[in-house]
Amino acid sequence: MNEQTLEIPGTIPADAANPVEPFLRMDRMPHIWCPACGIGTTVNCFTRALIESHANLDKVAIVSGIGCTGRVAGYANLDSFHTTHGRAIPFATGLKLANPELQVVVYSGDGDLFAIGGNHFIHAARRNMDLKVICVNNLTYAMTGGQTAPTTPSKVISATSPYGVFEPAFNLVALAEAAGASYVARWTTFHVKQLSRSMEEVLHKKGFCFIEVISPCPTLYQRRNKMGDGLDTMKYYKQASKIRNGARTTECDMTKSGEIVVGKFVDRERPGYFELLNSQMTETLGDRYAEPEVMCEQC
Amino acid sequence: MHADPKGVLTGVHFLDGDHACCEGTLAAGARFAAGYPITPSTEVVERFASRIPTVGGVFIQMEDELAASITIQGAVWGGAKAFTVTSGPGFSLMMEHIGYAAMTETPCVFVNVQRGGPSTGLPTLPAQADMMQARWGSHGDYGIIALCPNSPQECFDLAITAFNLSEEFRVPVMLMLDECVGHMTEKVIIPDAATIDVYPRRFTHLPPGEFRLFEPREDKVPDMVRAGDGYRFHVTGLTHDERGYPSMNVETQSRSVTRLLEKLEPLAGERALSETADLEDAEVVVVSYGITSRVAQRAIDMARQQGVRAGKFRIISAWPFPEQHIAALAPRVRAMVVPELNLGQMVREVERAVAGKCKVTLVPHAGGTVHNPEVILKAILEAAQ
Repeated sequence: MNEQTLEIPGTIPADAANPVEPFLRMDRMPHIWCPACGIGTTVNCFTRALIESHANLDKVAIVSGIGCTGRVAGYANLDSFHTTHGRAIPFATGLKLANPELQVVVYSGDGDLFAIGGNHFIHAARRNMDLKVICVNNLTYAMTGGQTAPTTPSKVISATSPYGVFEPAFNLVALAEAAGASYVARWTTFHVKQLSRSMEEVLHKKGFCFIEVISPCPTLYQRRNKMGDGLDTMKYYKQASKIRNGARTTECDMTKSGEIVVGKFVDRERPGYFELLNSQMTETLGDRYAEPEVMCEQC
Repeated sequence: MHADPKGVLTGVHFLDGDHACCEGTLAAGARFAAGYPITPSTEVVERFASRIPTVGGVFIQMEDELAASITIQGAVWGGAKAFTVTSGPGFSLMMEHIGYAAMTETPCVFVNVQRGGPSTGLPTLPAQADMMQARWGSHGDYGIIALCPNSPQECFDLAITAFNLSEEFRVPVMLMLDECVGHMTEKVIIPDAATIDVYPRRFTHLPPGEFRLFEPREDKVPDMVRAGDGYRFHVTGLTHDERGYPSMNVETQSRSVTRLLEKLEPLAGERALSETADLEDAEVVVVSYGITSRVAQRAIDMARQQGVRAGKFRIISAWPFPEQHIAALAPRVRAMVVPELNLGQMVREVERAVAGKCKVTLVPHAGGTVHNPEVILKAILEAAQ
């Protein structure tokens, strides 16, 4: 690498031809993520999925919570909401219910979605709310300096577990399935093609969809645990990942350095929130039922 | 513009304050509510849940107050007028999202039917002890509007006002009922939709590309947009510039946070809402709000009967505090008597506005019931001496 490539450009040249550029707010580059962080990779996959799905981008909204992944909303050139810590899902629920023609994507981290926001996750899944939830799981609280998350595997050293994590971790895919998600998949940032395809798939699927992306935090997780750099993590993901589509999610626990089961685990049909609302109200109220029209008039 | 007749239950009704409040939200154009059950406020959303399927809208019972208070904001950015309802412990949980609404200038309404606190306190009994929390409960500097109805009729009227002010100033508005007002049943007149003024959301007329999400108009309030209309805007609770982009610097912080307070200044002066009586010759003015103002009225009448010239200043818009009115009154009177169902909250604002120009006497009450009017009368008589 020469010095020129190490330099972070302040402005992107007008002739830059990266196909993801139209999906990003280029006036906000450079982003805040560390070298070898996996979040940018997932964003790249997401933009590929948007391209492939031929979605009307004016009708796609993205909602994030707080944390490193919480910054995705700020970089996506969509209607985008950077909400409070843990509350991306309830915000997205209101957005979707008010404006059902929107495709609402929740893009956030494991600490945000499963610690402080865990309650909202299970309830949105239970309701089968039409949200596409993408969780970048770096197994730690990265933004705040690498503390233990409910996803941090046993024995891992973190800023708040200096002698090793001993609490059992959540298995996110099993949790999502048990709570009622219509679609559940897990990939790593090594699986860019599969991840892009899963993201595209959920953009076409109704109901509550969940994709977990195992992603490195070289600065605070891998380094502290002597797991090497970003490239070493890619090698680990490649070597340790086993694609098992349809695997039992309860057998997909994450460990510190063991096998990572990836694939699409759940793809099922459950009636969505609006479907259930409309059928219940029609059954009880008949002609008196007025379907929701919640948008207020323009002045 | 006028209210949409679909939501207006025109007629003469016999309603409690909670139910009247619900009718007010519907008349104001709210078609979205999210809530979590908590006494003594739940009747507001119970009625909304019963009414909204025939009006055309959504009620969703969320998993907690944290969710309810942000779900409504998602709905607002989706284009809805939306509100949530709670009481003490739930209000505490909503504080972060009141700050989010203030920071992101999301127009929405929080109804708080106050009960005794702190903590679980007195779930079924009244208090007015969340007044400071309504103003200052979330972290950081920001402004909100708070309104205090003292009757079911006013629960209806001020619910409409709350929505109108939230749209005009783009702030969260706190509608501060108390258990007594929420649960008292009285005549409520709901007028024709054509006579109800509804402040429409001020959507921008600029095309995408020219529009900047937090560019203030002359009145220091920015225009609004909604998701799905092609603006590709960004909303964040981080300190942000006029584009809505995070901006971590002293200048942006100063400019944007100062504006959050400055845009509300009219409410401290000419736009303040209050009800006054017998002020012309008053030597003692009773400053009160909510249910306490009705007890205070009895005390004022008794004082007048005993020859003491007592007057009434009823605060309706409590935040921003109507300090210009109180300050103007202070040099003309001997004393102000401030009864409230707490151990001294709004009295501090009265003292601040009075600035030593007259005596100020607090008539505290820890909550659980209303004052005995004799106690307020005693304070008036003492203050008059």
